[in-house]
Amino acid sequence: MFRILRQSLRTGVVTERAPACDDAELERLGIELRRQIGEQFAHSLAIRQVDAGSCNGCELEIHALNNPYYDVERFGIHFVASPRHADALLVTGPVSRHMETALLRTWRATPSPKLVIAAGTCACTGGEFGVSYASCGAVENVIPVDVKIPGCPPAPLDLLRGLLAAISREGRCRTGVQLRARRQPAPPQTQVL
Amino acid sequence: MSAFDWLSEYLARLEDEHVLVRHGEAKSLSPAHRLVLDAEDWGMAGSVAAGMGCRWVGAWGDPRELNVVVRVCLEHLGDYLVIETEVPLSRPLLASHTPYFPGANRLERHLRDLSGVAFLDHPDRRRWTRHQAWPDGDFPLRVDYPAAGRSHKRAQADADYPFAGIHGGGVYEIPVGPVHAGIIEPGHFRFQAVGEEVLRLEARLGYVHKGIEKSAVGRDPGGLARLAGRVSGDSTVAHAWAACQAMERAATCNVPPRAAILRALFSERERIANHLGDIGAICNDVGFAFVHVQCARLREQWHRRSAELFGHRFMMDAVIPGGVAHDLTPEGAALLRMDHAALRQVIEPLFDIVDDHPSLDDRLLSTGYLSNADARALGCTGYVGKASGQGFDVRRDNPYSPYDTHPVTVPVETAGDVAARVRVRMAEVRISLSLMDQLLEAMPAGAIAAPMPTPQSNSVGLGLVEGWRGEVLSFVRFDAQGRIARFFPRDPSWFTWPALERLIQGNIVPDFPVCNKSVNGSYAGQDL
Repeated sequence: MFRILRQSLRTGVVTERAPACDDAELERLGIELRRQIGEQFAHSLAIRQVDAGSCNGCELEIHALNNPYYDVERFGIHFVASPRHADALLVTGPVSRHMETALLRTWRATPSPKLVIAAGTCACTGGEFGVSYASCGAVENVIPVDVKIPGCPPAPLDLLRGLLAAISREGRCRTGVQLRARRQPAPPQTQVL
Repeated sequence: MSAFDWLSEYLARLEDEHVLVRHGEAKSLSPAHRLVLDAEDWGMAGSVAAGMGCRWVGAWGDPRELNVVVRVCLEHLGDYLVIETEVPLSRPLLASHTPYFPGANRLERHLRDLSGVAFLDHPDRRRWTRHQAWPDGDFPLRVDYPAAGRSHKRAQADADYPFAGIHGGGVYEIPVGPVHAGIIEPGHFRFQAVGEEVLRLEARLGYVHKGIEKSAVGRDPGGLARLAGRVSGDSTVAHAWAACQAMERAATCNVPPRAAILRALFSERERIANHLGDIGAICNDVGFAFVHVQCARLREQWHRRSAELFGHRFMMDAVIPGGVAHDLTPEGAALLRMDHAALRQVIEPLFDIVDDHPSLDDRLLSTGYLSNADARALGCTGYVGKASGQGFDVRRDNPYSPYDTHPVTVPVETAGDVAARVRVRMAEVRISLSLMDQLLEAMPAGAIAAPMPTPQSNSVGLGLVEGWRGEVLSFVRFDAQGRIARFFPRDPSWFTWPALERLIQGNIVPDFPVCNKSVNGSYAGQDL
């Protein structure tokens, strides 16, 4: 017990006040994120992460969002276990054809209005894998996508920027994250090939 | 004992069984020896190898216009042997090695699903990698199969896969996945349980199959290295290194010594990052968040340094054909030495707590026990094998540059439980730290990459690297234009997933997450 306390005390708090970055614009990003989540999502944005075929690189960086440096829960962002509890889907990977139906069902199970965020180059464009007999390519080939966060994988800060862009119009302008006009919920068009 | 000793013994035993070796040589797939056999002797070759105590390393098909070349890699006492045969497309039948090597089960089914070679006496006739994206009878790796596929329809869920069931009073099933509750890769687990106890677990993988082997065809060496770096994101250095090693051996490219040392440095950094993350996650899975938070902190610092010095947090695309993409400045090396010393200082008290904290002991000791016999039968390498008495490590037992001049100590435990796998990982972190200091010390000046010569038509190469999960094998064949005709990366997870099914038996369902994390198989690396 004393060893644990000593280690904890010696380490101190490493959490960075806003998303760690040298430029002041990002200092504001975390505060902005919290404000937007406060206004639009009653201080809590629930995200269901779906790996639809990624190499696991994106998952490592999404995990990193929860490490003590980024600690996204303090902004009101938390990852939930069921799509039924989620405000947003965070989808990674090119959508493998073996995950196509599972992703579609997850999307259907998410209550509207559902934000869909495609995280990582593969999710945005198909990346290294593209479209093939086994891969549907980009996430938007299977379900409508609101925001794309490129990067292979996107670093935790890029993910935070993308999340802000997903929920705030101001954030979209500021961060330059690619955004596409919000579609009305419509039956998804599967466009393989 | 050197390679020739057991090879001659193997050849003698084959001769006793009237097996004719068509051709044998030690050059094309170096460091492995290569033997070409007749298709009808395939089963006997496996049986004899099993009788000699060989480990079954992997199998892959290489479809051509008229036939499929099938290769199996075997290892014994640190020496590799590749046996090879071919079957005509008109009659693609072969004896299975699964009766002699249980670890061969899924790789042979993968080979059948993608290349269309039927294994006659295979004990499990179910599909493995194929779900519903392409029909039975289509074989995507065949030369005439279009990379874009033939069907444009949505792939249905693979709902009627025949899981093996257990019937009886009080037995119930828990289906989990493919979309899991956490931030994890997709896969399906089918538990049969009585009360809290798991009677049986069956994993159904293949959900992230995205056709890596097919999309490698026609790439140039640089393109293949990028693809290999994305076989499994957490093992990007290991897979990229194995693929580059295979290409360099095929094209006889000599990697500069400085590049070899930098590759090892990247690889050891990857090992430490992943072990730190997993040690923390294992502790977190039994409710001990303190270690999780400390390890996550250390891992983040580690990734930030990788990004600063090597251009990427996971060092993706840092290994390129012929060498590496990033050099290390003297200031960078000084920073790394400081990092190593700092990490060593921090992990000592931390690992001390992990080692003997009573509440961790209570949950980790004797949990998820994998016997030495099971680890051996399945061919487990890496920390899963090492925690169950299987001490194989490519860096020590078949050393490649720079490990040939920088020997590695291999920690081996015999307890086979989650705690033993944690101890092996902690030992590997310590060993890698001192190894990296030696590597920095020994780093010669010079180029960091050599130009890749144009490979000859049909030249083949075998890459064998010790990734953080264990032995990574990579096979490459070039076509007449110097582009990739066949790429097969074999992640160690092929053998640790079946190990998970065995070690979970008799444990309680709530201990599955910690057992799973202690093995941490790669879904992407297995599904390809």
